Amino acid sequence: MSDDGELDLNTLNDEDLVLQVHDDLYDGLKEEVEAAVHILLGRNWTPYKVLTEALVEGMRIVGIDFRDGILFVPEVLLAANSMKAGMFILRPLLIATGAPRLGKMVIGTVKGDIHDIGKNLVGMMMEGAGFEVIDLGINNAVEKYLAAIEEHQPDILGMSALLTTTMPYMKVVIDTLKEKGMRDDYVVLVGGAPLNEEFAKAIGADAYCRDAAVAVETAKSFMARKHNQMAKG
Amino acid sequence: MTTVDLKPSEEFQFATGKGDVLLIACGALAREIVDLIERNHWSAFDVQCLPAKWHNTPQFIVPAVREKIRANRDNYKSIFVLYGDCGTGGLLDKMLEEEGIERIDGPHCYAFFSGNPEFAKTAEDEITAFYLTDYLARHFDKLIWAGLGLDRHPELLPLYFGNYTKIVYLAQTHDEQLVENAKAAAIKLGLAFEYRFTGYGELETDMAARAILGSP
Repeated sequence: MSDDGELDLNTLNDEDLVLQVHDDLYDGLKEEVEAAVHILLGRNWTPYKVLTEALVEGMRIVGIDFRDGILFVPEVLLAANSMKAGMFILRPLLIATGAPRLGKMVIGTVKGDIHDIGKNLVGMMMEGAGFEVIDLGINNAVEKYLAAIEEHQPDILGMSALLTTTMPYMKVVIDTLKEKGMRDDYVVLVGGAPLNEEFAKAIGADAYCRDAAVAVETAKSFMARKHNQMAKG
Repeated sequence: MTTVDLKPSEEFQFATGKGDVLLIACGALAREIVDLIERNHWSAFDVQCLPAKWHNTPQFIVPAVREKIRANRDNYKSIFVLYGDCGTGGLLDKMLEEEGIERIDGPHCYAFFSGNPEFAKTAEDEITAFYLTDYLARHFDKLIWAGLGLDRHPELLPLYFGNYTKIVYLAQTHDEQLVENAKAAAIKLGLAFEYRFTGYGELETDMAARAILGSP
């Protein structure tokens, strides 16, 4: 404890500090998370280790409690903001140190839809899990998805929608990929509050991801399959 | 005349005692439905409303509507559902098809108050609009501001509303207080304000059609 009764993060050993980061992420304490990231880096932790063991693991716990109805959207957003702040410190260091890359994802909210909370969470968690994420933002027409796919050659295309009226546009994108003979070149993951597995199947997506944690696990699983297939030759 | 003032968490029942048609509706429509029934002297309807706060958690809507249908099927000549898709992603329609029950047309109440074709035309050009109805203007603080946690964490405002540019208040009635509420909501969210009077739109015409079907 410091003189004013606040916990001095510097006094914690590595293990306790990481647990404290998990707690601070859970409570959405951005400044504390930033401070802990600096301390861990100062103790010669690699940026990748800080990211995975402190931030990603902390957000994984947040994700579980969100799924179980213990945490709600505002709390998740505060946690995400804290993680984002931590990642802001780590991002340039991760690039400089050549952290492992699992794959590449292009992600965007579909045309007519401006909602990006879920999409941003997925993008952040995917980045934390080791994916390179190209975020197209909101209100994306099929042409924009196609241009990004051509430019970035991702492994995964992610599409998000919050509105019942905009979610059918995902099928427009998938059908266009089919028409161009490109559909099987990419894993297509879809998500958003009004979606469900049945819808994802009906429009020809590879999977529906009900939240960011599921998106990460699904993406990892598809990448593992891809690598296995490549290994078989 | 009965003035219904339903809180977002409340259920509601309205029965004339001779209803042939049960209307299962969102609580956000209770006031308007009862007003229409009384104003038009429609005797065919009984009404059961589910909590309006499920706007924020639409996964509760489908099982609750199904339960209401099954509990009341034998007591009425017909049942009609007054809900939009309301974020259920087609699951409400799928369930209603399984149960053989119809609902008012439209993805949400903004559309059927405005008139579905008209709304579809304008909505495409105003994707950055956040819509309020009379109900939402009346309960903005509870349902939206507190419902999204902005009362406790106003710093989340840009995350929720950063991509919006204006509030469009789709008014069902002429009520100066609600206009003021809606304007205050726009200021609170940092958005421009636009007023559009819709009246009851297709809620009225659809109910009128059902009132005739329900009459002896």
